[in-house]
Amino acid sequence: MTLDLEMEEIIKVFFEESFEGLDAMESGLLTLDATADRETINTIFRAAHSIKGGAGTFGFMEIAEFTHSVETLLDEMRNGMRAVTPDAVQVLLQSVDVIREMTQSAQAKQPIVTVGADALSGELARILAQKGPVAAAPVASAAAPAAAIAAAPVVAKTTPQAPIVVALANISGWRIEFVPDLTLFKTCNDPLRIFAELAGLGRLEVTAHADRVPPLQSLDPTMCYLSWTVVLHAAVEHTRIIEIFDWVETVSRISYEPIYLDAKHLESAAVVARAAPASPARPATSPEPAAVPVASPAKAGSDAGSIRVATEKVDALINLVGELVITQSMLGRFAEKYDPEDLESLRRGLIQLARNTRELQESVMQIRMLPIGFSFNRFPRLVHDLSRKLGKKVELKLCGENTELDKTVLEKIGDPLVHLVRNALDHGMELPEKRVAAGKSETGTLELNAFHEGGSIIIEVKDDGAGLNKARILAKGRERGLVEPDEQLSDEQIYNLIFVAGFSTADTVSDVSGRGVGMDVVRRNINDLGGHVQIFSTEGVGSTIRIRLPLTLAILEGQVLRVGKEIYVASLVSIIETVQPTREHLSSVAGRSELFKHRDSYLPIIRLHDLFDIEPDSRDIAKGLLVVVESDGRRVSILVDELLAQQQVVIKSLETNFKHVPGLAGATIHGDGTVALILDIPGLISNFLERQSGRVELAA
Amino acid sequence: MTTDMKPTGSAQTASGTEQYLSFLLGGEEYGVDIQKVQEIKGWDTVTRVPYSPAYVLGVINLRGSIVPVIDLRLRFGLEKVPHDATTVIIVVHVPGDRGERTVGMVVDAVADVYDVAGANILPPPEALGSVEKVFVRGLANQDGKMLILIDVDGLVISSVGASRAAA
Repeated sequence: MTLDLEMEEIIKVFFEESFEGLDAMESGLLTLDATADRETINTIFRAAHSIKGGAGTFGFMEIAEFTHSVETLLDEMRNGMRAVTPDAVQVLLQSVDVIREMTQSAQAKQPIVTVGADALSGELARILAQKGPVAAAPVASAAAPAAAIAAAPVVAKTTPQAPIVVALANISGWRIEFVPDLTLFKTCNDPLRIFAELAGLGRLEVTAHADRVPPLQSLDPTMCYLSWTVVLHAAVEHTRIIEIFDWVETVSRISYEPIYLDAKHLESAAVVARAAPASPARPATSPEPAAVPVASPAKAGSDAGSIRVATEKVDALINLVGELVITQSMLGRFAEKYDPEDLESLRRGLIQLARNTRELQESVMQIRMLPIGFSFNRFPRLVHDLSRKLGKKVELKLCGENTELDKTVLEKIGDPLVHLVRNALDHGMELPEKRVAAGKSETGTLELNAFHEGGSIIIEVKDDGAGLNKARILAKGRERGLVEPDEQLSDEQIYNLIFVAGFSTADTVSDVSGRGVGMDVVRRNINDLGGHVQIFSTEGVGSTIRIRLPLTLAILEGQVLRVGKEIYVASLVSIIETVQPTREHLSSVAGRSELFKHRDSYLPIIRLHDLFDIEPDSRDIAKGLLVVVESDGRRVSILVDELLAQQQVVIKSLETNFKHVPGLAGATIHGDGTVALILDIPGLISNFLERQSGRVELAA
Repeated sequence: MTTDMKPTGSAQTASGTEQYLSFLLGGEEYGVDIQKVQEIKGWDTVTRVPYSPAYVLGVINLRGSIVPVIDLRLRFGLEKVPHDATTVIIVVHVPGDRGERTVGMVVDAVADVYDVAGANILPPPEALGSVEKVFVRGLANQDGKMLILIDVDGLVISSVGASRAAA
């Protein structure tokens, strides 16, 4: 039971590391070209190697086998035996996708579908075959580096061996000389595991050689003095055996020798070999009964909500807790004996406690903060693939990748950003010819930029493309009845039209974008996070989409409001301004809908006291304050009695023990320990406007 | 689901008795399964929550958690009385959709803890009104007095809603 659990844990780590490795491979491959330095290829190779090894160890043979051929190609590249061609890089990138897919299905505990892998295997084989058969390589690649390290002590370490290719029908098995380095156990390898795995392939004869065992008095029990000759009676491919020795090949001398069948046995043995594939059949080669790759629901659930924290953040916490303990013991003294003369030191202690608490809170919040780079790092690949597909030349610039934001926000911002980037590439960026014709450089620039501003994080998606076509958007808006024929709109209002569900100006629907789905989702997602989207655009010069998000969902920059005897908190981000209305700015329609003239527009007035059934100081609007708030580009004004402090508040859920309440986003706790409720401004606005329109319809 | 959980959730002793915390409400004595009780706390400032029924007084801060408070007098349709020195909030926890929910119940005063033998518990009489049926689990004759045993889960769910997701 515990062992299973431990294994689960270990496998989980394997998956995490594999995905990290795949990301590393991907970003490496994207920078890889003929001029790339060795270290880049080495990094990619190492990632592939670890994935292969891990997959083999945990029995994901499909992944291990496929990764192996990827590794072979990479190995040849890093040995300088093969030039880095764009063609090969493209295939390697696709391979990364395939490995990722396979790993994801393995993680979701679903059968690994090898369709993609099989298709790509052919491609890889084609590339591998392009320059001399692989089989010709091993001697050279294995021998040269091995000689270079020959000075290594005790046992000469070999480099990863290239597989020996033999016709399976001609061999009866393999003879393996396995001479591990004395330190084998220190690398956490166990020969027994290797033998057990080999025995899984067929009958095994193991002969141990004790010639290296020293006299008892000089024997170190942690050393591996034994070496073995292993005869495996199974006609299997060399690669399968190499895989088993994969983890020890760097700390052992291993030689493989195929055992050829005697001519007289050949015929009968060949029959046996064919009739009994004693070794577990290679799943990749046996055509898999079309296991349908249904969108795995487990994938979403597999993210157990864990978080990887930088060690220094944890260390900072430990330091702070240490300080807190000291403060506590200092204050603890006063419980035992209190002397009025100690008042000063008591006060000092409390100040220190307050400081500790604040720092501790900040540090704990820090743990949830992750650099936005986690979200940005998918874009080089996306832009690479997409620009290829669209025939556009685009250079991607990432800025401020280390800007930190809350993990929850980070996770939710990914999809909207993908939408925006796709849109920018598809609609914004022009084709190279068009760019040149417009006097711009052939290659467009797409910039993703993140930075902090106040208590918010700003993310900008900026392109130097064609910009938004205002006339076209407006025409489309009129066509769809979103804009009255003679209505004049500001630039901002025109741009906001593209956020309307189903709105698209694209003449053709491509599989990249143009269906009009997307921008509304983008805005909804961002609003759900308590953020804003703004569009700036100049025709012919480019567009910038600017997203403003709260740094965290746990803390809110709040404006405290009072209505009668009740206190509420509103998010500062949604407040445009607060005004003391004068009568000439107030009017009403049909005696019911009250309006407030704010600059050039009339805003509906929400009387918070009516909405929440509170006894206000005064029902006269002119005696109260109107807080102008905005969400989704819609503005209303909320009537309150008084504005109190602006402060950071910790958001607590009302739903944990109670339930969702319309108009409320949660609760927070004041300094005096009482609870104040936090207004859900977007919810308030949409509820109010829906009710208004419902009432109008009823009245009509 | 909640009904299944009651027998195991009760403080059953070897002799087949259960422990109940009793409290007073308008001269009547009620019993609540002591296993459901998290703590008893004094009167605290309650923040009213809009759109709540009158018997949900609002929410309090219980060591950083936002906990709703039900006034049992109002819930049971009894006359409202001002809160005084003996007024207390019994904090109970009940199973919710996602883990336990914590809810406070305002009562006139806590009285005693009784060991009630299972054999002494009578089913609620047929004649009860619909409100009472939801939360009366049974009646117990204890030291010559009648103890009204309440079904905390049913009471809480009927008062603050069964599902947190429900808007």
